[in-house]
Amino acid sequence: MVKYFQCVGLLKNTWDQVFLAFWQRYPNPYSNHVLTEDIVFREVTPDNCLVSRRLLTKTNRAPRWAERFLPKHMACSAYIIEDSVVDPKNRTMTTVTWNITHARLMEVRERCVYAVNPDNSNWTEIKREAWISSSLTGLSRAIQEFGVARFKKSVTKTMKGFEYVLAKMQGETPSKTLAETATERARETALAAKEKAKDLASQAQKKQYV
Amino acid sequence: MNSVGEGCTDLKREYDQCFNRWFAEHFLKGDRSSDPCTEMFKKYQSCVQKAIKEKDIPIDGVEFMEQDKEKPDS
Repeated sequence: MVKYFQCVGLLKNTWDQVFLAFWQRYPNPYSNHVLTEDIVFREVTPDNCLVSRRLLTKTNRAPRWAERFLPKHMACSAYIIEDSVVDPKNRTMTTVTWNITHARLMEVRERCVYAVNPDNSNWTEIKREAWISSSLTGLSRAIQEFGVARFKKSVTKTMKGFEYVLAKMQGETPSKTLAETATERARETALAAKEKAKDLASQAQKKQYV
Repeated sequence: MNSVGEGCTDLKREYDQCFNRWFAEHFLKGDRSSDPCTEMFKKYQSCVQKAIKEKDIPIDGVEFMEQDKEKPDS
């Protein structure tokens, strides 16, 4: 079974600015999970489209409840392929992204089409579709749910990262974004501390019963 | 951004810079004149492809957008 997800995002920048930002979007304050980025193939087709393959390494944290089902040696990073076609004549860009490692545990496949917003030609819209699947017997449904939740969070981060890079490219000080980042960091730290406290509490409780 | 090959990051940055300029000033404007970054790309590729082999990254034979071909129903 495959979980399907779709959404449309809007960037208040022209198509050419967005396409340019696409190649410059790492690093940004929302991309801490992206460790490396490489172009491994690139060509201009006879009909003047730019075809590229980007290889990314991303951290790949499994949910805590799933860790005990996973082999110990499992690396905590995953390799991702992102194939893209930029068509300047039609002002569109299509990207297909998927993980090439840990695909049995969970495969996330994403397809995005970037195009000029029909209501405002100075804006760019991103139609995003995703297919999330797992082949892990007995756990696939739970992993899919986790995958969908994580995917939704990552879409928000992607859009924020894009906005940050676009603002930077245009010489604006993305101060608000930085402030937001700081707040987010603080929130994450607080959350992590809370989780840890919960763990300690439950361990303490277990000990009481032993 | 760092390259997957630790020794390739400088070559990558040099190429990225060249590419971004060409992409903005020529490609997006429909100018098909020659790409000035070809030599830089070759150097960067020889480095990064070696790193991919050394790290056993399973990218060989993966078709372009191959995942887009069969779309199972949700």
